[in-house]
Amino acid sequence: MPTVLERLNSALHHAMQTDERVYVLGEDILDPYGGAFKVTRGLSTKFPERVLTTPISEAAIVGVASGMALRGLRPVAEIMFGDFVTLIADQVINHAAKFRWMYNDQVRVPIVVRAPMGGRRGYGPTHSQSLEKLFLGVPGLKVVAPNTLGDPGQLLEAAIADDDPVLFVEHKLLYPRPLLEQGQDDLADFSITQSGAPFTNYVLRFTFSHTSHLTIATYGYNFELARAAALDLLMEHEIFAELVVFSQLNPFDLTSLFESLTRTHRLLTVEEGTLTLGWGAEIAARAAEAGIDGLRVRRVAALDLPIANARTLEEAILPSQEMIVKAALELEGRQV
Amino acid sequence: MTEHFALYHTMLLIRRFEERLLAEFDAGKLVGTTHAYIGQEADAAGIFSMTDPDDVVFSNHRCHGHFLAYGAASLQGGNPYQLAAELMGKATGLVGGRGGSQHIHWRNFYSNGIQGGIVPVATGMALAEKVQKTGKIVLVFVGDGTLGEGALYESLNIAALWQLPVLFVLEDNRYAQTTPVEKAVAGSMAGRFAAFGIPTWERATTDVLEVRSAAKEAVRHVRSGAGPGGLILHTYRFSAHSKGDDVRDPTEIARARESDPLTVHGERLTAEEREKAEAEIAALISGAFARADADPFPLLANPVRGQPGSPIS
Repeated sequence: MPTVLERLNSALHHAMQTDERVYVLGEDILDPYGGAFKVTRGLSTKFPERVLTTPISEAAIVGVASGMALRGLRPVAEIMFGDFVTLIADQVINHAAKFRWMYNDQVRVPIVVRAPMGGRRGYGPTHSQSLEKLFLGVPGLKVVAPNTLGDPGQLLEAAIADDDPVLFVEHKLLYPRPLLEQGQDDLADFSITQSGAPFTNYVLRFTFSHTSHLTIATYGYNFELARAAALDLLMEHEIFAELVVFSQLNPFDLTSLFESLTRTHRLLTVEEGTLTLGWGAEIAARAAEAGIDGLRVRRVAALDLPIANARTLEEAILPSQEMIVKAALELEGRQV
Repeated sequence: MTEHFALYHTMLLIRRFEERLLAEFDAGKLVGTTHAYIGQEADAAGIFSMTDPDDVVFSNHRCHGHFLAYGAASLQGGNPYQLAAELMGKATGLVGGRGGSQHIHWRNFYSNGIQGGIVPVATGMALAEKVQKTGKIVLVFVGDGTLGEGALYESLNIAALWQLPVLFVLEDNRYAQTTPVEKAVAGSMAGRFAAFGIPTWERATTDVLEVRSAAKEAVRHVRSGAGPGGLILHTYRFSAHSKGDDVRDPTEIARARESDPLTVHGERLTAEEREKAEAEIAALISGAFARADADPFPLLANPVRGQPGSPIS
């Protein structure tokens, strides 16, 4: 199976091949380097006019992209490290995400801002964060994150085809991961239903279980951890977890999640952003408002600290498979 | 109409419109904030007499003068009625009441209330016009205050690097809200553009014909494909930054009024021509505001889906 990186790269090639309006801009994206994480490799050789290397000007990169989009092009802007999205906040929030509604639907801003996020590579406090949480809930902005269940390439092309601004969050550790095959390996014991398109949500349930004890909601790279935790919970503790994996973080559709919760009444959210006021907090609030009988909630996320460089510190700060299992056991009232 | 008359007509339209607008606020009939263009009319009138009607414009919080001059220069005529309606928050406004004074869009005219942030957007628009070979140029309006924003300099750099057809119009009215330029701007304004290799045309004037001649050269440069340009116009506003935030010395304002652009250019017309312009504009403006006044307010047609308990946001 192809890797997430291969699919993203192919998708950019395909999008540029089939639509002359697609432009790619960012820092250090020209060949032979092909971008810090190689997602743009080969593009500047094939499409030299439409791959723009920029100065180190994150705000202008996104602003320029917004202007291009307003006037007929479909730009894909890369922010080299997701930590730098702080620099694009004004452009995204006060310009790109507002133009359409503010101008009474008379314009479209079809931009995609791609940002590699996430830690576990020892890059330290300002090169390891998952800052998508800062952009969740911004009216007019879609936030999307690929995973190994769906086709990240299709997701990216769908984001490019979308007429509204999309923040496309790529977890760095996902790049080398092969896509999962239905019914194979890790997925062998799961039946998977999906809902929504093109930013699809997935619900994984153990095929042989008639009951489920808890629902684990997550996205992106944390699906890898949550999946491993679910198998661990099954093997070691006979706890059956359902997994709900989101591709679109904002705005969201929690219908399939609520369906799962009416079965389990236990919600465990997993994210790599910091705990306080993160994605899980909103999911939990909505679930609570929905009045699901006897609902209990736990959230697993990064501690409210910067992400340290030293491996031992990083491991203690970021969510782990062990933390997920522990949280699940606590939710189930088991001795930990 | 003759060129001189047309320029006077445009400036007078802006002046009387802004005066009417401020009066509506004073009478308690409008709420919110606005940033009047009174005193700077020569800039807008001079510039838009030299642009093509289809050129793209990105303006800022002080956008009414730009909008009215842009409209006056357009082939189909301007749109003071829909501007008035938008300012009154009516459903018939330029953007259905959603934007108000600072956030308007009509044809190729855009504005937003974040002054530095609009500059990269305008720069990107210029890139789009260039690669799509439309022949249009982009004008983006900034002030002396905007020289504090980093995004402006990122944009100058990129516009020059990529030779983009964007004209940066810097209207230095000597005050950023209550902050005089001596307290906010170090070094040279023109030097900022020169640092990026961007040529500038600079005037300190309230004479619309002088603005026009500088604009003509600047626009010609940018349209030639030679890259971006800067048009630096030192001017003065007679009104407050917005409302109630004027701490300037009244004698300074009075002195500036002696060079009122309407007076300076009005001397080139006959008294009959000036009266004709007044009468036409009085009718135009009272008609626009009366019509807008009678229009309905907008209703929120599609409430956000995220009602409490809803699984959909």
